[in-house]
Amino acid sequence: MTRSQLKTETDVQLAEADDGSTRAYRFSGDWRSVSIHLATPKLDAFAAKGGEAGEVDLSEVTAMDTAGAWVIRRFMTQVGDVKLTSDKPRYLELMNALPEKLPEPAVEGRKFGSLFSRIFTPVGNSVVSAWEDTVAAMFILGSAVRGAQLKLGRHSGVSPAAIVSQIDRMGVQAVPIILLMSFLIGAIIAQQGAFQLRYFGAELFVVDLVGILQLREIGVLLTAIMIAGRSGSAITAEIGSMKMREEIDALKVMGLSPIGVLVFPRLVALTVALPLLTIIANFAALTGAAVVTWSYSGITFATFLARLQEAVDFSSVLAGMIKAPFMALIIGVVAAVEGLKVGGSAESLGKHVTQSVVKSIFVVILVDGLFAIFYAAINF
Amino acid sequence: MEEVLPVEPRENMTEGAAKVGGENGTEVILSVKDLTVGFGSNIVLDKLNLDIYRGEILGFVGASGTGKSVLMRTVLRLLPRRSGSIEILGVEYDAVSEEERMALDMRLGVLFQHGALFSALTVKENIQVPMREYLNLPQELMDELARLKIDMVGLAPEAADKFPSELSGGMIKRAALARALALDPDLVFLDEPTSGLDPIGAAEFDNLIAKLRDTLGLTVYMVTHDLDSLFSVCDRIAVLGKKKVLVEGTIEDMLACDDEWVTSYFQGKRARSIVRDDEKLVS
Repeated sequence: MTRSQLKTETDVQLAEADDGSTRAYRFSGDWRSVSIHLATPKLDAFAAKGGEAGEVDLSEVTAMDTAGAWVIRRFMTQVGDVKLTSDKPRYLELMNALPEKLPEPAVEGRKFGSLFSRIFTPVGNSVVSAWEDTVAAMFILGSAVRGAQLKLGRHSGVSPAAIVSQIDRMGVQAVPIILLMSFLIGAIIAQQGAFQLRYFGAELFVVDLVGILQLREIGVLLTAIMIAGRSGSAITAEIGSMKMREEIDALKVMGLSPIGVLVFPRLVALTVALPLLTIIANFAALTGAAVVTWSYSGITFATFLARLQEAVDFSSVLAGMIKAPFMALIIGVVAAVEGLKVGGSAESLGKHVTQSVVKSIFVVILVDGLFAIFYAAINF
Repeated sequence: MEEVLPVEPRENMTEGAAKVGGENGTEVILSVKDLTVGFGSNIVLDKLNLDIYRGEILGFVGASGTGKSVLMRTVLRLLPRRSGSIEILGVEYDAVSEEERMALDMRLGVLFQHGALFSALTVKENIQVPMREYLNLPQELMDELARLKIDMVGLAPEAADKFPSELSGGMIKRAALARALALDPDLVFLDEPTSGLDPIGAAEFDNLIAKLRDTLGLTVYMVTHDLDSLFSVCDRIAVLGKKKVLVEGTIEDMLACDDEWVTSYFQGKRARSIVRDDEKLVS
């Protein structure tokens, strides 16, 4: 089977009869979807000239499928009154099985609003959808608490096994990456701080810098961002694909609250796991800082610890840790809201997973800023 | 631009490599020989043989879990096989070049059990996916062909711009059939095409398949449990059991067969009522 052998001759000729009066369009060769592009321009040219012949002759056609038949059928409609002849009944049968004209869909007139409405409709829509998201988030938060109590029959409705397995997935399995990331962040801050403070001969104060920054802000913030990317996306994808496959509906008709069953364990797991991960992150970051200050500035571990004890008091640790459960709730609730918004298509799943991560990171940073303002206002 | 994919015209298929067999000398379009498929220590199909002839509708039945889907997926090369040969249109798939494989793939159409329409594309775009990949057609003509296919499978023209998630179960089956037929394949695999359709819709679907077979010269490999389909449109029926094809033949052969499962399948209460109806119609 080589290409040249299989090259098809798809052609149409305008043939004159002997007396010069009746003329026929003589189709020949391979009229199938793979080859019709070879002859359609010629066919269009004949159709544009129009009305020259009274016959369409398929006798020399060697192969035909629906696409070829359709092109010929369409040509016949364009030319008008032509007779169809072929010595192969199968082609005639195929041609006759095709409709003469394609049924037109009932056209709904597309409405274009004024420029004003076209500009402000998306703005309005996004405001409304932001409000709806907030309401949905409140609903999920409420029904996560209420839904866990709403189970008739067996036990209390809180399933410890589900919560523990979620803590394992979202917390324990995240420990290595959180450790590594925080160690590096602590080391980087310490290095930069040490280089800048060296100008003032105050290198030791890099311990203050790292300690306060890490414990109050960076530790919880970066852990939350990491968990939003790692677990928030997973929650959205899980709930979203369950929604696509009607599993959420199945839970509903069984009389179970999908939020109680699916979202509640994840929310609890996140709220437990995120503060614990933050503690781990803080330790890792301070270790990283200690290693870097020792190697760049010669500050021993003992000096580092002594300085850290003076610089940081318990309120700094607390200020960071208080934020962790709030961050966890934000990540969990945003992920659940987005998961439940997933529609029927794979595309929508992808869109909402992205939205989930983007929105939860944004809200986490926003809330962190609000906490900073609040702490400043109460001198905490 | 002027190049054409190496696809032989149908009429030439009887010459050369293609084999000729069967009682009435028709061409064998799919030939499975000594096929063995297994997962781990579990052998699902053991030295199975099956021939399908051009232009026929073969109904494939078997108890749940006997490997009907495994066989279909193996023939479509979605599952690996342990041994045996599968020749489609006279070509052993593993023995040919990539270009010929592509040409071979063009000549197969598959209707998956749940449609497997691409959810991010509209029905029209779904049908145009194989056209876009394989053909060299202007967009306008592809649109017309897509609408033609939609009309052929009996969907309303409005369905063209709908997404799969907006369609009912029966419409999804029809849209998926339209996509399977997009390139006018020689051999179409249908996996339970009428499951989940109402009896009237199922009967329409059966008629549609028979009509397409008559006009387009399709060969149909149909996995089905629908006794009505088996009685009304299938030319031949093959029964899968005990890791092999137990019996194959016409509906009369099935009724005459004395295998226990075949007997209870074709002569059970539900089958008898269909046979009775047919007899009533004849008399």
